[in-house]
Amino acid sequence: MDIAWSVFTPWHSLAGGLLIGLAASILLLANGQIAGISGILGNLLQRKGLQSWRLAFVAGLILAPMLLLPLLPAIGPFRPSVPIAESMDILRLLAGGFLVGLGTSMANGCTSGHGVCGLARFSPRSLAAVLTFMLAGFATVFLWRTTWGLPL
Amino acid sequence: MKSTLSSLIAGLLFGAGLLLSGMVNPSKVIGFLDIAGVWDPSLALVMVSAILVSWIGVQLALRRAAGADADADAAEGAPQRDIDRPLLIGSALFGIGWGITGFCPGPAVAALGMGFWPAAVVAIGLLPGLWVGNRLSG
Repeated sequence: MDIAWSVFTPWHSLAGGLLIGLAASILLLANGQIAGISGILGNLLQRKGLQSWRLAFVAGLILAPMLLLPLLPAIGPFRPSVPIAESMDILRLLAGGFLVGLGTSMANGCTSGHGVCGLARFSPRSLAAVLTFMLAGFATVFLWRTTWGLPL
Repeated sequence: MKSTLSSLIAGLLFGAGLLLSGMVNPSKVIGFLDIAGVWDPSLALVMVSAILVSWIGVQLALRRAAGADADADAAEGAPQRDIDRPLLIGSALFGIGWGITGFCPGPAVAALGMGFWPAAVVAIGLLPGLWVGNRLSG
């Protein structure tokens, strides 16, 4: 296995994860809610239950990068890598987005709900979900690059 | 009102974490999923520190829950069900979509705030996907 040392960002990643864990803890302790993004979006779509905290959370999620991006030069070494729009075709993004929505709603959770919150409380269901979506993700990227020879 | 404010703060911190960790960058996520190629393990470290800090939150909630049932329910999560077919099939479909796009739901929403157009396209696919999946689950 070759490690991509030139793009590996251990300190940014650990610090970012710390903020994500802090956010999940605040939502759990102050609101009694699980920070699962697919669940929050799904419930907003279905107009189910109390919505104000969900809307506020999603607003924060969108606002944070808007507020932080202009400040980035001042953050120094903690500069994140900004997404690059190259080699992204629309059909691929639409189809992939649909599968992400369909799959996470069937499984009742995604990288945040199962991956972070679920594993933090040692849920066997979440562990099964995480192993499954990780393996499916590894296999998809592998086939994409090798068998089908498509650009990543 | 108070619960709206705490939730807004949690959303802001979550979005900041996704930005700082580089997880709003789909090419970085695909770099993690390309485990057989030249592998970028960054995402694994995001998970490690996020889980460790969340674990502290869960422990605090459980400790506080001694007298309050609502807390205990949240800390323990939804009523535990078996590892069933929808969980495994859904997770596999999610993994395929994640591998194709490099986006899971959180980063797709956060990257919208950066005006990153591929995130908007993913979101247009994501919402009907969520809707159909919720219909299937009843």
